[in-house]
Amino acid sequence: MSSPILKLVAQRVALGILLLLAVSVLIFAGTQILPGDVAQAILGQSATPESLANLREQLGLNQPAYLRYFHWLGGVLTGDLGTAMSSGQDIATSIKGRLWNTLFLAFWAAIVAVPLAIILGLIAVRYRNGWVDKLISGLALASTSFPEFFIGYVLVYFFAVKWQIFPGISTVYDGMPFGERMQAIALPATALTLVVLAHMMRMTRAAILNVMQSAYVETAELKGLSAFNVIRKHAFPNAIAPIINVVMLNLAYLIVGVVVVEVIFVYPGMGQYLVDHVTKRDVPVVQAVGLIFAAVYISLNIIADIAAIVANPRLRHPK
Amino acid sequence: MSNELEFLSRRVASGKLSRRDFLGRAAALGISAPFANSLLSSAARAAGPVKGGTLKAGLVGGESTNSLDPALMMTQVPFAFGKCWGEMIVELSPEGKLENRIAEEIGSSDDAKVWTLKIRDGVEFHNGKTVTAEDVAATLERHSDEKSKSGALGYMKGIETIKASGKEVVLTLKEANADLPYLLSDYHLIVQPNGGKDKPDAGISAGPYVVKTNEPGVRHGAERFANYWQGDKMGHADQIEVIVINDATARTAALQGGQVNMINRVEPKIVDLIKRLPGVTIRNHAGPGHYVFIMHCNTAPFDNADLRMALKLAIDREEMLDKILRGYGSLGNDFPINASYPLFTEIEQRKYDPDKAKFHFKKSGHDGSVLLRTSDVAFPGAVDAAQLFQQSAAKAGITLEIKREPGDGYWNEVWNKQPFCASYWGGRSTQDQMYSTAYLSTADWNDTRFLRPDFDKMVLAARAELDEAKRKQMYHDMAVMVRDDGGLILPMFNQFIDATGAKVGGWVDDPHQELMNGYALAKCWLEA
Repeated sequence: MSSPILKLVAQRVALGILLLLAVSVLIFAGTQILPGDVAQAILGQSATPESLANLREQLGLNQPAYLRYFHWLGGVLTGDLGTAMSSGQDIATSIKGRLWNTLFLAFWAAIVAVPLAIILGLIAVRYRNGWVDKLISGLALASTSFPEFFIGYVLVYFFAVKWQIFPGISTVYDGMPFGERMQAIALPATALTLVVLAHMMRMTRAAILNVMQSAYVETAELKGLSAFNVIRKHAFPNAIAPIINVVMLNLAYLIVGVVVVEVIFVYPGMGQYLVDHVTKRDVPVVQAVGLIFAAVYISLNIIADIAAIVANPRLRHPK
Repeated sequence: MSNELEFLSRRVASGKLSRRDFLGRAAALGISAPFANSLLSSAARAAGPVKGGTLKAGLVGGESTNSLDPALMMTQVPFAFGKCWGEMIVELSPEGKLENRIAEEIGSSDDAKVWTLKIRDGVEFHNGKTVTAEDVAATLERHSDEKSKSGALGYMKGIETIKASGKEVVLTLKEANADLPYLLSDYHLIVQPNGGKDKPDAGISAGPYVVKTNEPGVRHGAERFANYWQGDKMGHADQIEVIVINDATARTAALQGGQVNMINRVEPKIVDLIKRLPGVTIRNHAGPGHYVFIMHCNTAPFDNADLRMALKLAIDREEMLDKILRGYGSLGNDFPINASYPLFTEIEQRKYDPDKAKFHFKKSGHDGSVLLRTSDVAFPGAVDAAQLFQQSAAKAGITLEIKREPGDGYWNEVWNKQPFCASYWGGRSTQDQMYSTAYLSTADWNDTRFLRPDFDKMVLAARAELDEAKRKQMYHDMAVMVRDDGGLILPMFNQFIDATGAKVGGWVDDPHQELMNGYALAKCWLEA
């Protein structure tokens, strides 16, 4: 690999880190703007002026905001996310299990959804404007247009209640055998797949169709290549950048946007954890989860950027 | 055996069908009498407790912020799980009588100021230690300490000294209280080794189950405690599990799919649908919980007794019970007590009377509309209920203006702050507790601003009265005062609506709280 790529990649990563810092400032400022401070939130109705003063002292709330921000940031960088106000538990420990669960579900949903979407997209291009294309697009768009909770409930109704093939509640726990775990996540993973499928599929289709208009595709066709080989060898590699972009966006959604699916299937992931703590005004947890979500989003976008750069032959083979 | 016969034989065993009718039905199905009789005896045998299996409950009311510290228990999941691993000093039986647990005997001095608890011998904690008087005293001390943030603190403040000596714990109260044993049945007061002062959330007590898994907001599991002191009455299943399912549809589906054996909080509007599912039984029963509209008696325009009366007469309780609760409740009568409380007396039911309401409204001299605040969180259906109230009041010439408040912050900003709003109460175990919590002039939660020194005196007098007949009369007089002069509009008492799946045996309705006062997992069993 040559220097322009390395330079571009380094730039992206640096930009991402800067962006994450900016987000951390925003998150911190946002929680500061909320009425009342952490001490008041902890003590609630039973707050007396003395106990408030004591607790503020204890939590270091008397220091100016920028000092507290750097203190918090220092903690985050060294892996110390603080302790939850509502339960007194260490945030990093409790988030670890939840994050793992969320990633596990997202991983399996992605394993199914991404290849499926791309293959369906390729098939749709091959038979474009025919009934196969219309059927694939129609079904995928329909499954995306239904709200997640509707898809979730329909899956539960048929697979958990009527036929009793898969459990309707997906409570997973440490030490659960792998087979059982997979069975438990079958329905939520299916629901997520259906939700993200169409976006990726349509994007694949559009990106490849766009390339199909080019002169070199016509040349390939004239060379006598079969339609699939034209798409596979010539169109797809050149359409990969936008496809990767939309895949990454959807992966990010699988991780940070699954609150509804988690609630319906009672899946112990990050979304449920965040909702519980938002209702309790548990600021340290909300900050930590917000930051993690931002980090996931930003890093997946960086990966998309880098992949697009690397996939671009003009950057790979500079003159 | 056909499903119908099996069903019928179970109905005989539970006393819902006579033996004679059963044999008649069996004959109609072409079954010979000796065979039918043998069916019956096997059903009767099955009606006794069955040991073994895993009993699972899918419950709403758990968050990842929950803790095993009994002092901090607030919602349904820690409450119900607490009844599995925790052991109480004293408990209320389903009939409303006191049932001695760790306290073998409770006695008081004649003035109801000094109470003596005799601690039962041979009760063992899960860690192998024996429960002593010191443990009980330490438990009560911890819950009396402001620092514990205990949900029982309000009552515990009334205890002046707690002393353990030998096998007895002696409590001296600041003021006489004939209801002390009832207060000690508060679900927060789980007896812990050394009162839980060393590690409040250790989850160790002397209950029928030993905590095995504790994942707040996800699931809680426990195993039968081999040395439980009354193993014949509780702890039938080998393991119990509570799965937190906050979504109502998911909860119903889990019961239907057989992943859990029981669920709580079935929504009234879907009860009729769930009833028809095979194997599912709806367990609905009256409790002390009630839905209310509350007016501040000291704030204009509600400081006018005629306006209060006009609004009380302008609400159609029967329509509301029918439409909001679909009949799963009972009519309210503008005082917070119903038949689930000891010493309750009936008072004439107040009815919807637009003409009388109009008369009182005119007499009050109030001009213009009255602002009622409501919210989704005030109680299930509170927004619809406010609209029904608006319509019935309009027929009496009273204009209600409804303001829908956001659920977020409703309990901090609106309830107990604004002069007229919708709300709910879960109820308490005694009349004294209910009146002391919300109707004494000095009570923090006096959400109707009912400030009557004569009423306060009656509360204190009734609390110290040990003669039941006199007490009953006092409570009757207090109820009439609240009903006729207070700021409480109480259209309906709600019911607990739980549901169990097939094969759950041993259910007994308990009027105190949902899920058999939380004991469903500990007292029910899985039929073979």
